[in-house]
Amino acid sequence: MAEITISALCHSYDGDLSDRSRLALKGIDHVWLDGGAYALLGPSGGGKSSMLNIISGLVRPTAGRILFDGREVTDLRPEERNIAQVFQFPVLYDTMSVAENLAFPLRNRRLPAPLIARRVAEVAEMLDLGPLLKRRAAGLGAADKQKISLGRGLVREDVAAILFDEPLTVIDPQVKFELRRKLKLVHETLKLTLVYVTHDQNEALTFADEVVVMSHGELLQAGTPEALYERPSHSFVGRFIGSPGMNFLPCALEGGEIRFDGGRLPARGLAVPGRAKLALGLRPQAIRPAAAPTGIEADLIEVEERGSYRIVDLALGANRIKMRLPEDIPLPAGRFPLAFNLSSTLVYADDQLVGDLTHA
Amino acid sequence: MHKLEDNRAWFLVIPVFVLVAFNAVVPLMTVVNYSVQDIFGPGQRAFVGVEWFREMLRDPTVQSAFLRQILFSLLVLAMQIPLGVGVALLLPRSGWKSSLAIILVAIPLLVPFNVVGTIWQVYARPEIGLFGRLINATGIDYNYTASPLAAWVTLLLMDAWHWAPLVILLAFAGLCSIPEPYYQAARIDGASRAAVFRFIELPKLRGVLTIAVLLRFMDSFMIYTEPFVVTGGGPGSSTTFLSIRLVNMAVGQFDLGPAAAFSLMYFLVILLFSYVFYTIMKLNNAR
Repeated sequence: MAEITISALCHSYDGDLSDRSRLALKGIDHVWLDGGAYALLGPSGGGKSSMLNIISGLVRPTAGRILFDGREVTDLRPEERNIAQVFQFPVLYDTMSVAENLAFPLRNRRLPAPLIARRVAEVAEMLDLGPLLKRRAAGLGAADKQKISLGRGLVREDVAAILFDEPLTVIDPQVKFELRRKLKLVHETLKLTLVYVTHDQNEALTFADEVVVMSHGELLQAGTPEALYERPSHSFVGRFIGSPGMNFLPCALEGGEIRFDGGRLPARGLAVPGRAKLALGLRPQAIRPAAAPTGIEADLIEVEERGSYRIVDLALGANRIKMRLPEDIPLPAGRFPLAFNLSSTLVYADDQLVGDLTHA
Repeated sequence: MHKLEDNRAWFLVIPVFVLVAFNAVVPLMTVVNYSVQDIFGPGQRAFVGVEWFREMLRDPTVQSAFLRQILFSLLVLAMQIPLGVGVALLLPRSGWKSSLAIILVAIPLLVPFNVVGTIWQVYARPEIGLFGRLINATGIDYNYTASPLAAWVTLLLMDAWHWAPLVILLAFAGLCSIPEPYYQAARIDGASRAAVFRFIELPKLRGVLTIAVLLRFMDSFMIYTEPFVVTGGGPGSSTTFLSIRLVNMAVGQFDLGPAAAFSLMYFLVILLFSYVFYTIMKLNNAR
C-alpha cells in the first residue's frame, strides 16, 4: 500500500524534451492517495498508458519524479517497486498450470515453498480460482485469464498498487459486469491504491472514487465523477464525459450580459480574462422547453428515441445543440422557447471554466 | 433455386486436373511402372512384381545409405534448430539494424545449391582453401577427401551455413510476434532472462519451430547437390546419402527398375517421417 506522488513528470519517447507538442506527457503533477480507486480516463493516445507504465517502472520518465510514500522510486526497476499491473490482453505463461502461474512471481524471488503455497491458496480463494488451480492456464476463458493476471500481481504480500490498463477490453459483455465487481471487491478488501486506465467513461464513472482525465499528454481534471460531470473544468472534459457530451455555444460578454447567436442571458458579477475566447457550456439535461417566451428560441431538427428519454437536435441561431428530454415531458413542434438551468450553464474562457450564471 | 443440373463446375476444374496430372501423377506413375518391370532394352521388358522392392530392402548399400541419411538429418536438426533460435534471440528487433541483420542473415539462402557446394569445396580444401588451411594450421589434420569424419564435419558446417538462416528467419519472425506486455509482465514478476526464454519465448516459438523442424528434416533428408559437389559421396562411401546412392543406381548403373522401386520407398519414407513429426508436434501443442 502506498501513496503515489508524481511531480513535474515529462516524457518523450525519443528522449527529446525541446518540442513540447511531441511529448507523451507534458509536465504532470498528481497525488494518488493510499487506498484510493482512481480511473485514468481519456481518448486513445492521450498518455494514459505512458503514465501507467511510468508508475510501474516499465518506462523511465525523461524528466520528473515518482515517489511511493515519500520514497523516491524513479530509478527503481519494476520488480523492485512491488506493483501489480494487468494489461489489456491477458498475459499468461502458457505452459504452466494456474497454480504455477500464480506462484511464478514468488518463485522468482526465491521464497520458501510453504509460504508460496499459502499465498497461492489465499489469492485463488479471493479470486474464485480455486477449482481451476490444477488446470493449464492456456485453455481458460478471457475472464479467468485476466483474473490470473491480476492474481500474479496480488500474490506478493507487499503490493504497493494495482494498475489496470483497460483490462476489460477482451471480456464478453455478460462477464464484464461480474469481473468489474470482483475487481472492486478486491480493492475494498485489500485497500490497495488502484489506478484503472480506460477510455470508456461508464467504466470510469462507476468504478472510481476519483476520475483523472487526460488528453494530449496533459492532466485536464481530477475529481469525483459528480464533479467531472457537473462542473468540467476544461471544455474537453465536458465534451468527453456524458452521452451526448456538453453543448458549447460561442458567446461574448457585453454589459453584464452573455450574448450568443439566438439569445442573451444576464451575467452580472461574472469576470472573465480580457480577449479570451468565451463559450457557454450546457449539459443536454440542463435544457428544457419553456411554457412562456424566454428570449431564446430554437427549431426542432431531429428526435432520437433512447427508451426512457429522447435526444433532441435543436438549431439555436447558427448553432446546433442537443437536449436530453425525459419521455414524460411533451415535445413541442416547430419553433419553441427554451429555458436553461442557470446553475448548470457554465462559462468557459479559452476552454477553462470561469464560472456559471447562477449569481446573475 | 437448385442448379444441380449445371455441371459446368467440372469444366472449370479441368485446368487444375491437367496441371496436377502432368506435374505429379504422370511422372509418379512412370516410376511405378518402372518399379515393377525388368527393362532390358527398348521394347524388351518383363513384369517382375515386387521383386525390385524386396531386393532394395535387402541391399546393404541402400541400408547403410539410409542409416547415414538418418544420422545426417538428426545432426542437422540438433545443430541448426538451437543455432537458429540462439542467433534469432541476438538479432535487434527493430530499426535499421534489424533490417540490415535480416538481409545479411538471408544471403546464404539465395545462393544456388551447386554454388554452395562449389564454395565449400574450395573453401575447405586443405591445400588452398581458407578454412582448410586455417584448420590445418592449428595442427589438426583435416582433409575432407581422405577422412570420413572431416567430410561429415564439412558437410554439416556447409549445411548449417546454407540453411540455419532459414531457422533464424522463422524464429525471428516468431519472436517479433510476441506482444510487448508479455515481456513487461515478466519484468514485473521479476523473471530472469532464462525464465523469460523458457516460459515466454520458447512456448510462443512452438508453431514456427514445428515448421522449421519439418522443413529442415525434409530438406536434409533429400540432400543431393551439395554433398555431390563437395565429396561426391566419398571418401569411400562415407557420405553416400540416399539420393546420391539413388542417382548412381539410376544414371550410373542404369538400373531403372531397382532405382524406381528405391525412389518410391524413399518418397514414402519422407512422407511417413514428416507425418509422424507433424503428428507428434501437433499433439504436443494441443496438450
